[in-house]
Amino acid sequence: MCTLEKHGDVFVLTLTGSSDVDEHRFGPPAIDSILSAIAKAKAEATPGSALITTSHGKFFSNGFDLAWAQAAGSRTGARERLHYMVESFRPVVAAMMDLPMPTVAAVNGHAAAAGLTLALSHDYVIMRRDKGVLYMSEVDIGLTLPDYFAALFRAKVGSATARRDVLLRAKKIKGEEALRMGLVEAAYDSEEQVAEASMRLAKQLAGRKWAGEVYAEIRKSLCPDLCGVLGLDMRAVVSNSKL
Amino acid sequence: MCTLEKHGDVFVLTLTGSSDVDEHRFGPSAIDSILSAIAKAKAEATPGSALITTSHGKFFSNGLDLAWAQAAGSRAGARERLLYMVESFRPVVAAMMDLPMPTVAAVNGHAAAAGFTLALSHDYVIMRRDKGVLYMSEVDIGATLPDYFTALFRAKVGSATARRDVLLRAKKIKGEEALRMGLAEAAYDSEEQVAEASMRLAKQMAGRKWAGEVYAEIRKSLYPDLCGVLGLDIRAVVSNSKL
Repeated sequence: MCTLEKHGDVFVLTLTGSSDVDEHRFGPPAIDSILSAIAKAKAEATPGSALITTSHGKFFSNGFDLAWAQAAGSRTGARERLHYMVESFRPVVAAMMDLPMPTVAAVNGHAAAAGLTLALSHDYVIMRRDKGVLYMSEVDIGLTLPDYFAALFRAKVGSATARRDVLLRAKKIKGEEALRMGLVEAAYDSEEQVAEASMRLAKQLAGRKWAGEVYAEIRKSLCPDLCGVLGLDMRAVVSNSKL
Repeated sequence: MCTLEKHGDVFVLTLTGSSDVDEHRFGPSAIDSILSAIAKAKAEATPGSALITTSHGKFFSNGLDLAWAQAAGSRAGARERLLYMVESFRPVVAAMMDLPMPTVAAVNGHAAAAGFTLALSHDYVIMRRDKGVLYMSEVDIGATLPDYFTALFRAKVGSATARRDVLLRAKKIKGEEALRMGLAEAAYDSEEQVAEASMRLAKQMAGRKWAGEVYAEIRKSLYPDLCGVLGLDIRAVVSNSKL
């Protein structure tokens, strides 16, 4: 599940688990919880808001709850459950694209599959360079990517070579390499440093006091294909306060 | 307003102003003037032509004439005037895409918003590294971007991170950073050096004696999305003179 707290102007969405090695998998309740938290942040947004998404321990998130899918007891049942999670998670990515404030993913540990997708749905990604990898595992486990996953990666990962290495080669990418590939903004040597740097960046962005609606529309205009896949409208906005 | 002069084979379009600190804003008259100058260059184009666009003083251009918009006296009036300038400027970007000769923006000073857009409409951008920034101010002033602005930046700015930093983070980008981000071809230490280097590059391009129609079509074929947004056709051309 997750919690949503506020530190001054900065919302902090924390994926929670039962232990230090919890994989923070996205099953139906977790996805609901995340969607509600994002909606709450959106409802309480003001110019000068920002969001950090993070977790604690070894994993940021390892993706969908495949164990829940397999607990269906049959191949058909498992595929139905997987499809259900894929479709439930689509609005999460859409909500991140539409969120009227700057967003930072403070990636404390491994981020794989839907977990990496969630991280990449943020405007800025900060991760560790001493531990943890970014990893799109789908080709390794024999699954194709949902259309909106591929669209997100095409939008956010600029280099064709990087996109191939991430999606087609299932590279396990450590912090330094993630920096070189342009996947992350910065990489630090501990979970605490990642948290501090993320809060610094979030506060800096919040301090620009951007009009949230305008910010969200400009964000979406950077990824028109992704918005098309997600069914998100884009529109012209002139903020009341400045003109 | 602007002037159009010819230096050998090179057209020089100069944005003019009343002083060294004129912001060379694009109001309706300036936009008309620029459109006419580009049309004149197009009409007089021969194989071996090239265009430099430049200005003098502290600013290349700070964008659309927002003061003229606000002089409407009401919020609705201001928005109408802003929209009018946005729609009047659209053919300028289209004309730059269609211009049958290589183009160089000799960016002598600050280039912001529509000023930055004009610079990026050129095939090559040369700027100062001792002074002046490139800056898309829209998110800071609370306005979303016209569709053709966004399409231009998506076309010309290769890195997703750079696009985000320019449009969503409103970074003020100096010469050295512009080089690293791939926004500029070269950066020099004075307005004179920028002018010399731009003329050198323009003459070099002109010396290739490219068939202008072919050059323009190949240029457009690099940016099909932008052409779609601008309503520009792209067609096959075989230059009579070479085959």
